[in-house]
Amino acid sequence: MLSVLALTSVVLLGIASQITAIVVYTSWERHALVGSDVRLSCSFFSWQWTSPDVTFSWQYRPDGAKEGISIFHYGGGAAYVDNKGPFRDRLEFVGNPSRRDGSILIKNLDFSDNGTFTCDAKNPPDIVGRPSSVRLLVFEKVNLTSQCSFSGICRLGWEEKMRTFPVPVQAGVVTGAIIGVVLGLLILIVAIYYLMRFLVARRVFSLSMSKHGKKGKGKEGSQQKQVLAVTDPVKLKAAASEKKKQESRREKK
Amino acid sequence: MLAILLATIVLHLTDLIILFISTCANAWRTDGVANYDLWYDCTQRNGGYNCRGTNDADWLQAVQALMVLATIFCLISFIFFLCQLFTLVKGGRFFFTAVFQVLASLFVMSGAIIYTVMSPEWKNENDTYGYAFVLAWLAFPLTLISGFIYIVLRKKE
Repeated sequence: MLSVLALTSVVLLGIASQITAIVVYTSWERHALVGSDVRLSCSFFSWQWTSPDVTFSWQYRPDGAKEGISIFHYGGGAAYVDNKGPFRDRLEFVGNPSRRDGSILIKNLDFSDNGTFTCDAKNPPDIVGRPSSVRLLVFEKVNLTSQCSFSGICRLGWEEKMRTFPVPVQAGVVTGAIIGVVLGLLILIVAIYYLMRFLVARRVFSLSMSKHGKKGKGKEGSQQKQVLAVTDPVKLKAAASEKKKQESRREKK
Repeated sequence: MLAILLATIVLHLTDLIILFISTCANAWRTDGVANYDLWYDCTQRNGGYNCRGTNDADWLQAVQALMVLATIFCLISFIFFLCQLFTLVKGGRFFFTAVFQVLASLFVMSGAIIYTVMSPEWKNENDTYGYAFVLAWLAFPLTLISGFIYIVLRKKE
């Protein structure tokens, strides 16, 4: 009975290894501080036993670049690290291939190390599979901050200082400034316009005063209003009603 | 005569409504699910809201200001129009109305242009422009035409 079970499982394993491919695992994203070391882990799943000819390859593609370069290779039992590229003297192999671990250690990180690292593992005869990528983000010293907005929504986050940014303007300052200046100018122009009209009317009034001579100082107010009415057609109705009031007052006197 | 007057009023009111909607609706940019921009840019993540402030985007604050000013000026020009309709001398032109309406159209043009030029670096890859943005660009020629009509229009008996 047991032997039959063992036989079936071996046969199934054999079949499965023909169907499924090798699956490579890495992290999704790694964050690290400038100057520190980061360990990029890579492992794989395969139905086959770990072969002595297992290979691990690491490729590096900087942010914004189209192509990547090869920086690490493990094959034939020996590890070959980058000795010409951007990681020379900074790369170390810290994995254990017999335990399916192909991790590398990058020392003394810099901002130029931002990019995508791709690990490709092959376990002969299981060689069909997709490589896996891990994104590396290099930060300067991090400060934990929390920002609470007006509506009470708090956002806890890392303050990332990749490079020095100019001091940001508070939200709404520019908006308020533009609106205030334009409306202020508008009110100023309207005020100046009416002031000019008033001044012109006064000058016309003083001319007419000298013309009419001494007609009584009691009528100063009414004359001024009459002159204003002449120069401002919009206020015709108002001036007319004023005239009537004054005439009625004079009649009463 | 009455037809022209009614058409002018309808055009002006349409402009006003379009400007109001474009300014107040937070839909200058959309990613198909949510609307962003002009007043807030918030996405929902893990049950909470993650909002992008306008601290880094001075141009967005300028667009806000220009749209608000355009709406205010369009409203002022409408009030002026109603005033001048009853108080203007026969044969006079609707000067103040025209000035404010043209200024409103210039403001909305500036706001729309600034947003069009600066938004590609602000928005995400898959975002498209929302209806408020389209309305802003629509408001510009409508207000300009309305302003020119007021320049040409004369008050008759």
